[in-house]
Amino acid sequence: MDVERAKAAISCRNVTKEFGSEGALVKALRGVDLDVYPGEITLLVGPSGCGKTTLLSVIAGMMRPTAGRIHVLGADLATLRGHRLVKFRGRNVGFVFQQFNLLPALTAAENVTVPLILAGWPRRKALARAHALLEKMGMGDRCHHLPSKVSAGQQQRVAIARALVHEPKLLVCDEPTSALDARTGHTIMELLRTVALESGRAVVVVTHDSRVFEFGDRFARMEDGRITGIETSAPAGTLEALETVG
Amino acid sequence: MTWIAWRMLTGSKGKYVAIVLGIAFASLLIAQQSSIFCGLMLLTTSQIKDLQGADIWVMDPSVQSIDDIKPLSENDLYRVRGVPGVQWAVRLYKRLTRARLETGNFQQVILLGLDDGTLVGAPPQIVAGSLADLRRPGAIIMDENGYQQLWPNEPYRMGTTFEMNDRRAVLVGICKARRSFQTYPIVYTRYSEAVLFSPRERKVLSFVLAQGKPGTDPVEVCRRIHLQTGLQAQTREEFAWTTMMYYMRKTGIPMNFGITVLLGFIVGAAIAGQTFYLFTIENLKQFGALKAMGAGNLRLVAMILFQAAVVVVIGYGLGIGAAAGFGHVFRESARLAFFMPWQVMAGTGVAVVLIAASASLLSMHRVLRLEPAVVFQS
Repeated sequence: MDVERAKAAISCRNVTKEFGSEGALVKALRGVDLDVYPGEITLLVGPSGCGKTTLLSVIAGMMRPTAGRIHVLGADLATLRGHRLVKFRGRNVGFVFQQFNLLPALTAAENVTVPLILAGWPRRKALARAHALLEKMGMGDRCHHLPSKVSAGQQQRVAIARALVHEPKLLVCDEPTSALDARTGHTIMELLRTVALESGRAVVVVTHDSRVFEFGDRFARMEDGRITGIETSAPAGTLEALETVG
Repeated sequence: MTWIAWRMLTGSKGKYVAIVLGIAFASLLIAQQSSIFCGLMLLTTSQIKDLQGADIWVMDPSVQSIDDIKPLSENDLYRVRGVPGVQWAVRLYKRLTRARLETGNFQQVILLGLDDGTLVGAPPQIVAGSLADLRRPGAIIMDENGYQQLWPNEPYRMGTTFEMNDRRAVLVGICKARRSFQTYPIVYTRYSEAVLFSPRERKVLSFVLAQGKPGTDPVEVCRRIHLQTGLQAQTREEFAWTTMMYYMRKTGIPMNFGITVLLGFIVGAAIAGQTFYLFTIENLKQFGALKAMGAGNLRLVAMILFQAAVVVVIGYGLGIGAAAGFGHVFRESARLAFFMPWQVMAGTGVAVVLIAASASLLSMHRVLRLEPAVVFQS
């Protein structure tokens, strides 16, 4: 294991993912190599259908690759199956979704408690922690509101609090700003950047939104199921390329 | 996680109410129709239950119910008395006959002739008049429902007369009696009077009522009677079942009620099952999010089962309660035949559990097959 590999929170080597069967085979990932480092925001960018979300699902342990090796936080995902994989995901990965995916019947604070409840925390203790986190994120006065009673930006803050409440080492975000206006999106990305740098966790963000590029530390550009380039500054021409496709 | 399952269930109030009402409706229909069926079937045995004092009924071998009279000869009574283990045996007369009222109107009545000496089978509860007066010539005792049928809204008047087979019958008492399946008034008299109140026949003995000696098993005595006389002998309980089974076999009643119960099951299953399934489908992304966050399949299955159990318990409670309330109100006011034994409640419970289980299985199937990556689909 080389030094770079040891430092990486996520290491993908020659990862492929195919859907369907012969005759109607779709190759969503074609030999992806990618390293994601702690304390950084890695943006996966590329046109629609290039495999960003599939790669995110594979990295998060929600989908098995057809071939290739994936190490996440030192664990070889291929060796984790069934309950162990579910447990690994629950303990180490936080999720932020494009459509927030909050449980509509639960209040903001109750939504935030879900990962803790899944980890076996008592409800009261989990609620206390959720309240504290929401307070820290400027949502203290919205703890008892249902998701439908707060704005989209506030819902995404709740979702981020839910993703962070159990202190995972990896945060995966799927288009976290696409359902938000520019200003709110900016605020959300600032929040993500703060939490990623604050605790040294690795953050992977799939995005189409060129407005958030300024928050990325590393850019993995994808095209047709492959990583076509990894850069440490917003790749030249990416904005134009995305706008052309989009 | 149960509180999350509970909040998910009740968060969608419309669907929650629809599922509960579906289960409640199914429970109500199944329990109510089954109870009316049981009530009707019980009516067929009301005279067997009312004619107390003897444990054993002896009859012609081809008799299929208490209303299926095939007269015995007087000799048969003595043969029964001669069977070892029989302590005593007495005559019972039963037939439908026609009463002619003072107004000239005719009314069918159920005529029961009790043993002259012992009055075995006499009604236990006299509400007006006296049982002792039954020994007077032409005396009869009528059940209170029958009296109201013949003389509506009139107070009980002892000494009222009417005719049966051109013979004058004198009312000397009013008794309580279970309602009969045929709904006709029930007239009790002595055996010797009963044979005169009906057109003359060669054989008139309808049944022999017998009692085993103390310490003997009535079933064993029945067996001995059958072996020795060739007659059919049944305990009171057995004869009640025989009568009920006769009506179940020979009438379309079980089929009619069975269809309604089945419809209740199907409609309930359709409403509750479909709504529960749709509820799960609509929450599929939420289940997916829970799966992504580390909820295993077992946990999600437990959540679905909990949700199903909640709607079953509430829906079943409402349905059974409504059925019982319905029975309570209409049994008195509309003389509804309604009897809800524990078996009906248990059966209804099993039916609604089946409904919920089938709905849950479909929902569980979808959730178990759900890829957590579904949460990334916008």
